[in-house]
Amino acid sequence: MIEHLIPILAGTLGAAVPLIFAGLGELVAERTGVINLGVEGMMLVGAIAGFAAAAESGYGVTAGLPAGALAGAATAMIFGFFALSLAANQAACGLALTIFGIGLSAFIGQHYVAYSLPGLKPIAIPLLSDIPLLGPILFKQDWVVYLSFLAFAGIAWTLAKTRLGLLLKAIGESPESAHAIGYPVISIRFGAVAFGGAMAGIAGAYLSTVYTPLWVQNMSAGRGWIAVALVVFASWKPARLMLGAYLFGAVTILQFHAQGLGIMVPVQFLAALPYVATIVVLVVISRDRRVLQNNLPASLGKPFLP
Amino acid sequence: MSHTVPRLELIGITKRYPTIVANEDVSLTVLPGEIHAVLGENGAGKSTLMKIIYGAVKADAGTVLLDGHEVNIANPAQARRLGIGMVFQHFSLFETLTVAENIALVLDEPFDLPALATRVKEVSEHYGLPLDPNRMVHSLSVGERQRVEIVRCLLQKPKLLILDEPTSVLTPQAVVKLFETLRQLASEGVSILYISHKLHEIQSLCDHATILRNGKVTGKAVPREETPGSLARMMIGRELPVCEAPIYEGEHRPVLTVEGLTLEPTSPFGTALKDISLTVNAGEILGIAGISGNGQAELLLALSGEVTVEKETIRLDGKPIGHLNSGQRRNRGIVYVPEERLGRGAVPPLSLSHNALLTAHRQGMKNWGLVRYGKARDYADECVNRFDVRGADASTNARSLSGGNLQKFIVGREIMLKPEVMIVAQPTWGVDVGASAILRQALLDLSRTGVAILVVSEELEELFEIADRIAVLAQGRLSPAQPRAELNAEKVGLQMAGLFDHADDGRTAASMELNNASA
Amino acid sequence: MHLLEPRPHPSRVMRWTAPLIAVAATLLTGSFLFWTLGKPVLTSFHVFFIQPLETGYGWSELLIKACPLILIAQGLAIGFKARIYNIGAEGQLIVGALFGGGVAITTEGMDAAWIVPAMVVAGAIGGALWGAIPALLRTRFNASETLTTLMLSYVASLILAYMVNGPWRDPEGMNFPQSIMFGDSALFSILLEGSRVNTSLFITLAAVLLFWIFNAKSFMHFQIEVGGLAPAASHYAGFSAKQTVWFCLVMSGLTAGIAGVGEIAGPVGQLNLNISPGYGFAAIIVAYLGRLHALGIVLAGFLMALIYLGGEAAQVSLQMPYAITGIFQGMLLFFLLGSDVFIDNRIRRLV
Repeated sequence: MIEHLIPILAGTLGAAVPLIFAGLGELVAERTGVINLGVEGMMLVGAIAGFAAAAESGYGVTAGLPAGALAGAATAMIFGFFALSLAANQAACGLALTIFGIGLSAFIGQHYVAYSLPGLKPIAIPLLSDIPLLGPILFKQDWVVYLSFLAFAGIAWTLAKTRLGLLLKAIGESPESAHAIGYPVISIRFGAVAFGGAMAGIAGAYLSTVYTPLWVQNMSAGRGWIAVALVVFASWKPARLMLGAYLFGAVTILQFHAQGLGIMVPVQFLAALPYVATIVVLVVISRDRRVLQNNLPASLGKPFLP
Repeated sequence: MSHTVPRLELIGITKRYPTIVANEDVSLTVLPGEIHAVLGENGAGKSTLMKIIYGAVKADAGTVLLDGHEVNIANPAQARRLGIGMVFQHFSLFETLTVAENIALVLDEPFDLPALATRVKEVSEHYGLPLDPNRMVHSLSVGERQRVEIVRCLLQKPKLLILDEPTSVLTPQAVVKLFETLRQLASEGVSILYISHKLHEIQSLCDHATILRNGKVTGKAVPREETPGSLARMMIGRELPVCEAPIYEGEHRPVLTVEGLTLEPTSPFGTALKDISLTVNAGEILGIAGISGNGQAELLLALSGEVTVEKETIRLDGKPIGHLNSGQRRNRGIVYVPEERLGRGAVPPLSLSHNALLTAHRQGMKNWGLVRYGKARDYADECVNRFDVRGADASTNARSLSGGNLQKFIVGREIMLKPEVMIVAQPTWGVDVGASAILRQALLDLSRTGVAILVVSEELEELFEIADRIAVLAQGRLSPAQPRAELNAEKVGLQMAGLFDHADDGRTAASMELNNASA
Repeated sequence: MHLLEPRPHPSRVMRWTAPLIAVAATLLTGSFLFWTLGKPVLTSFHVFFIQPLETGYGWSELLIKACPLILIAQGLAIGFKARIYNIGAEGQLIVGALFGGGVAITTEGMDAAWIVPAMVVAGAIGGALWGAIPALLRTRFNASETLTTLMLSYVASLILAYMVNGPWRDPEGMNFPQSIMFGDSALFSILLEGSRVNTSLFITLAAVLLFWIFNAKSFMHFQIEVGGLAPAASHYAGFSAKQTVWFCLVMSGLTAGIAGVGEIAGPVGQLNLNISPGYGFAAIIVAYLGRLHALGIVLAGFLMALIYLGGEAAQVSLQMPYAITGIFQGMLLFFLLGSDVFIDNRIRRLV
């Protein structure tokens, strides 16, 4: 059993990375009251952009992640123009972005179908990685996993401790009040949406350049949507989002170890686990309306024109 | 005086909107340390004028001079830098943040919450507006929230403070305290622009007044030298209309009774109802006074059936109805006019015939699940004619009606349902004087036909005008209803503060002024 | 100052010209896209939007693609009016197809007139069931239907994959993930010789008519509309929000389920992994493009079908990936949502 446990837990950390980046990005956007259902689309565009940059530049992941971030942010700006500048229906705009992103990434991706990339080697952190059990799980990972820890710490600190964090929360509660006291609500929301896009792009680029590492059409397979669900599950709190992401990382990894663990279930049923888990998690968190409403950014999804 | 440079001078301010002219050639002058009233009824253009001064709205024409210099105020942040502070009628506060956090967001200074909290405490106590900087705003009463807004302005050391209808959220006693604070500020040299439509307040507080009607200046006055009648004439162009309350000659019997109603809040920051009992009799209007946020929303939800409660707690003609939802209660003759007209009482983008259908579909407008739109149209047309809904017919969209006309339509629609009980929230909120009078008279007339009416209102004057008995809702508790003749503003004010048992106790320092004010 | 301001009255003209503006903007951006890809713009246009309609067969294919889109969009449109966002029609289509396909597979070799109607009923039930799950989760547990419907469509496609890889795999299909080819008694009859147009067309026609009457006349529709436009007013009037959720999700699942049977008992003729080229998602765009109006949806359905055909033609004649269809769909929805803003707003006028 234990010989399975360490690879499962170590794998969980990697499998959670896309959800962490995409989820944290969406969390920041939603804090300001913007729900962007286009995460799946932004992830895919980030994935193909990252893959192309990694393959063409020869710098691998080092080039792939920034390229993914840029591409994700750029597609998020399309959403921003329609949903923020024009104040169109946010849910529908997000959907449009997903449909568009799936199409665009597949379109560009046709040139890269046969490629594969080397991926990343884990970096063992001296001393720490020698801790029994925890060492190989936490400290023998690729550098993007460590980056995901940093991203979490940075975002959690910014949201909780800085004036910017306060402002984002305030705008999410009442863009009208924020506007009345003189803040450029639309610009700040644009920033948050672009940040969300960049993070989703990084998530996608990680999938295509590190995790898989090759390009397959529609390769995010609903992770963008799961990230959206995770933000709800997390009640808009970064720490809970991490918890959720690791939970889903574990469920995803479990499929690959099922046979080793002696679980004989058709592969499709195992593959369905993350989606079913998403539904279960949503039900659990939504059941008590009051808990959800206490943390819900009050203006979430509502169009705002100053 | 004539040599003093005015703190604020407006010359020829004009602002047009697609459908109306909000301000036309408005000029006024405020001196340092002056408390200057801008008086006008709902829709006269007061709020637009203030937003222009505060940089939230841009004027089409006109000049703003501050301390003798022409200024072009592009946005609220700039207005604040110029020393202009504004207390909004609808507060611009964030409920999920603390008092100090709310204040930090408007200050142009390094982010240091603990230091700010200390200053907030100091300033608030200096001006008699005590505040706990670490409390969350959602846990504050409406009056306390106003304090946050005022303290937030004061921390920026304003030269000019604008207050938009500040007393609608205050008990009479709190109004007196606010006035003390404002006088203290004025004595320190701060100029105050005070916007209101309440004549007695302006007479007791303000040095000068500019009166607006339909966006134009219709008079300038020294309020203490005027009578309420002369101010009213300048404000609405005629005498204040008065309602007639005939004597009810029908059978006196309880119709709607509530017994021991307790309810947890339905929204995250709502108020719990605690052991509420009341009776509404046939042929009378029961008034529920109190500042919004003290359980009004919850009480109305429970009475209308939008939130169901324990079966036995609410009875209609002795039969329990607490468990019935709003549709079922409507079937039994309880109708309801909510506070929010657009979006609750009416569907904004739909026509008046569709809006008639909303609650009047029981009047034979359905046939095998299909709608008889002809009937709905007739109903809407009749309502428009009977209740003087101006500039509308059955095909007009609800949202294109003015507040007063839409309210006439909604109240009319509910009256035409021939109810046994009618529940009305804030019947004349934001409605002009003419339409208010029509609405109040319609409620009085309806009650005298034997209908039991319950009116929830923040406007004390309104309840004193139409209610037969008045109870006060404060912090989720309801005082026993007393006949109107046995009450006055001071007694109700004390009950609003939650002191039910002491309503007859000694006279506070404020009482003299209150009695003057309400005279 | 923001560039938009509310109109004093919403524009009726804009309401119906917005889709045209959106189509025009999509075409414009599309030509730009063709140009940047180094394709001749006019030829590309011809291939994409005109060539598919130059033959009678092309028109019949248009009809075949438009029918499921229109059918699904009718059901979705009702939900969208109530702001119930079922974005998992794809999954409901698949489950409908599985139920209908189950009937076809168990009656293999039989020759009876009731088989196709039974498949339709089974498909309707399957789709409705798959719509009922999010309805239950929403009304009972307050879980957002947007996410649950979508998650369930992933689950549905995995169930399909399991069935055609496992219990229902064609034993003589050389291990391809597909069921047996259905016999004639489990297929809709061909209406037009030489084409694939079949009697399922009448189902769509009947549905358009029924939804048209329902939308224009029924009190239920009024309740749904109020629920979407002003939820508080719906609550105030005592309309049941739960009833609306159930009705909308079950109804849209039902139409999607029937559309699924239309595919497997029509052009596809079996269960396999490609029974729908994303009709369930494209129908969302069709519903909005058709102004959520029963007849508008018919027009929009044909336009969307043309985009599908154009994508196929571009693949063959211009060597462009089929994914271009998705790009066009996404752009169309974006531009539509953008133009819709001008129903209630206008560009701010200076002075």
